[in-house]
Amino acid sequence: MEVTLTVNGTAHALDVPDNMLLVEVLRERLRLTGTHVGCDTSQCGACVVHMDGCAVKSCTVLAGQADGADVTTIEGIGAPDDLHPMQAAFRECHALQCGFCTPGMIMAAIDLVNTTEHLDEQAVREGLEGNLCRCTGYHNIVRAVLAARDVM
Amino acid sequence: MSETGIGASVKRREDLRFITGAGRYTDDIDQPGQAYAAFLRSPHARAAIGAIDASAALQVPGVLAVYTGQDLAADGIGDLPCGWMVKSKDGSDMIQPPHPPIAVECVNYVGEPFGLVVAETLQAARDGAEAVAVDFDALPAVVDPASAMQGDQLYAQAPNNRCYDWELGDQAATDAAFARADHVTTLDIVNNRLIPNAMEPRAATGCFDAASGDYTLYTTSQNPHLARLVMAAFVQVAPESKLRVVSPDVGGGFGSKIFVYAEETAVTWAAGKLRRPVKWRAERAESFLADAHGRDHVTKAELALAADGEMLGLRVSTIANMGAYLSTFASSVPTYLYGTLLAGQYKTPAVYVGVQAVFTNTSPVDAYRGAGRPEATYVVERLVETAARELKMDPTALRRRNFIQPADFPYETPVALVYDTGDYEASLNRALEHVDYAGFAARRDAAQARGKRRGIGFSCYIEACGLAPSQVAMSLGAGVGLFESAEVRVNVTGSVTVITGAHSHGQGHETTFAQIVSERLGIPFDSVEVAHGDTSRGDYGLGTYGSRSLAVGGSAIVKATDKIIAKGKKIVAHAFETTDEQIDFTEGVFAERDSNRSMTFGEVAFSAYVPANFPLDELEPGLSEKAFYDPGNFTYPAGAHVCEVEVDAETGVLEIVKFVAVDDFGHVINPMIVAGQVHGGLCQGIGQALCEHGVYDASGQLVTGSFLDYCLPRADDVPSFVVDTTVTPCTHNPLGVKGCGEAGAIGATAAVMNAVTDALGVKELAMPATSEVVWRALSAA
Repeated sequence: MEVTLTVNGTAHALDVPDNMLLVEVLRERLRLTGTHVGCDTSQCGACVVHMDGCAVKSCTVLAGQADGADVTTIEGIGAPDDLHPMQAAFRECHALQCGFCTPGMIMAAIDLVNTTEHLDEQAVREGLEGNLCRCTGYHNIVRAVLAARDVM
Repeated sequence: MSETGIGASVKRREDLRFITGAGRYTDDIDQPGQAYAAFLRSPHARAAIGAIDASAALQVPGVLAVYTGQDLAADGIGDLPCGWMVKSKDGSDMIQPPHPPIAVECVNYVGEPFGLVVAETLQAARDGAEAVAVDFDALPAVVDPASAMQGDQLYAQAPNNRCYDWELGDQAATDAAFARADHVTTLDIVNNRLIPNAMEPRAATGCFDAASGDYTLYTTSQNPHLARLVMAAFVQVAPESKLRVVSPDVGGGFGSKIFVYAEETAVTWAAGKLRRPVKWRAERAESFLADAHGRDHVTKAELALAADGEMLGLRVSTIANMGAYLSTFASSVPTYLYGTLLAGQYKTPAVYVGVQAVFTNTSPVDAYRGAGRPEATYVVERLVETAARELKMDPTALRRRNFIQPADFPYETPVALVYDTGDYEASLNRALEHVDYAGFAARRDAAQARGKRRGIGFSCYIEACGLAPSQVAMSLGAGVGLFESAEVRVNVTGSVTVITGAHSHGQGHETTFAQIVSERLGIPFDSVEVAHGDTSRGDYGLGTYGSRSLAVGGSAIVKATDKIIAKGKKIVAHAFETTDEQIDFTEGVFAERDSNRSMTFGEVAFSAYVPANFPLDELEPGLSEKAFYDPGNFTYPAGAHVCEVEVDAETGVLEIVKFVAVDDFGHVINPMIVAGQVHGGLCQGIGQALCEHGVYDASGQLVTGSFLDYCLPRADDVPSFVVDTTVTPCTHNPLGVKGCGEAGAIGATAAVMNAVTDALGVKELAMPATSEVVWRALSAA
């Protein structure tokens, strides 16, 4: 099927199989490998991207469902010399170790800050329940999200 | 202290690529013309493999080949070996059943690979795998470790399904201690099976260059050199000189990526057969089934005490589940990484432990964060806490009564280790301050008034890290030395490239190792690059596990920098026409004693590579040095963890309201990174106590085979932590460091369960203490 979508500001028209997932489009067709696949049950959140401004698990979105959508991935929110406040906070607070969950965690956290009015520690912990991290024990991720909240 | 030197919380240089999506993990790297592999995995816990009909699979468009275990065996591919020979107490060798990478005659656990399909696309490979028809003759499975010795015999060479029957300690002295004891505390303990679940699933891409005969393997390994060694020497995929193993960015390991598995072996072999790259990436379901699992002990433990709380003897009998085959280091985990730690922090004069390792039709069990030491800590610290309750003593007082004291070091335990240094009371005291132990009674009363039961629990753990003195390890059966290598290459312009045999998969070595070299050589942090994870870049290395990278790998780096400084002195002495004894090196400057002549590090580097008038028979050009460091002893990180929980008496819902960890890691290079390591370890230790459990049903099917069924701790399952350190420097390595990677997972579990049992007023409680388990315990009381 024919799918057109905008990813990180660039328009793409792609011919994809009907069962192709958005994460496969991103990783395999567009070679945007910052978005990761950590499970097969939509539990881990390593694949979270923004679709039309909302966080989605891109392993659970068909490419066809993203037709016409505006998609932002981890590669689209900042650069090493121009970090998004959430990226900067993750570095400042040592909120990552192996880095595998990090792109999805950052994308989910940005959405959480954008959509939550009174974001305290408990709200961060509950809001990130759909993103698994095996390295950090979440301690510094929570600190980073709260720090980014204050500057976003 | 400089802003980037030893002791500074330097921000990690790794982070910039990870937070911008620019990390390069194995699955991110594609090769031109690559094909894709899907593995055929056993649906049975135990079955004889009959006819395999691949004809339909070969008709699937895009399928290139279907390989079975017989194909690999016919090509001379050998078994996956276990690298540690443990001997039974009668002197006989452990029993090691044949472990072909791809099963040939029989499958012995659900998920065991018995073939692979290679195709043009991943989808075609998976479709091909679906189309393979197999005649299995299912056989009765042995699943439960406690009764495995009475089950059907799985291997002809292993009567009673026993791998070994091992012992350590003085049995007669221990029995005598029990005979004169005033009190004996007994516990039956199940150390629950865990499934490691690094967030990056394992992946491997094998490549073959037909012109040179060279193989390259990209893989998610914690120790690429060891993978190369095993694949060359034992599996015989390719000679060591013809096999390059690259571990690029690796997304966590926790032990599970130490081992050499079937999949990387098979894709490398298949790349040679097909003469094109072959890639495989595990689905999470495959990770659950076919990554080595952890823990899984069944133990009876007894502690003998005098009436005043003096610990007289410890007697432990453990059945350790090996799973269906011996994974790479499986045999060492419940023996030399477990029995040797049972003295804990205490002066218990007599300790005896017997361990029977058994085979079952489950995934192989091997090292998982802590590897034996969490199991030992759990036994000792649950016993001590329970004994205190039975003797009506304060649990901290009972511990103090028995602590090895600072004046006692070096201290030889009754279970074969010599602790070099420590101050256990200092860590405990600090932890009690942080947790406000004096205020606990009031907090408990206040909780009671809210309908909550509050409990407190302690865990004063010790671990042996810095694996390992080769002489000791090899005398105990290790098949490899456990030193580490380093190379410090000074470039012509004075910048430095450090190549380490350790491997970073989250630990931040690119930062901490640069801090060390920057400080030792007096050059800017940004002038030091750290490389690792590629057998073509560095000499042999042993990789990262057992909290060894800094204590062993960091020491190798120091040794190499010392050689650089010595060489630099020779170069300067030559330039100044004096002797190198007259040259001092401080903060990046080589200065002649009693003169005003000096050269900077950069000037010396440059002159090393423009040797206009070097006396070449005495002084070689260049400035690059290698070192191998073999530690003189293990290191002994230790600490005190304290947990406070509240339990809702109506629902059984449990909350950790406080968790304090005070650890003695010796000197700390980067406190930020060390705290992060502790946080992650604590979360895994808490996960074992409260939610994680790898469960097989009676037929050997893995019931907890996804994140829907296996409860990995989530952000709202754990609290924020209070972490702090005390310092007694390691006495035998140049940095005075001990290692911090596993401590959290070693100490936390017992602290949590001591707190939960305190809150509930019960002696024993099975892990994981889920709300249901807690509620049932409350209902039974």
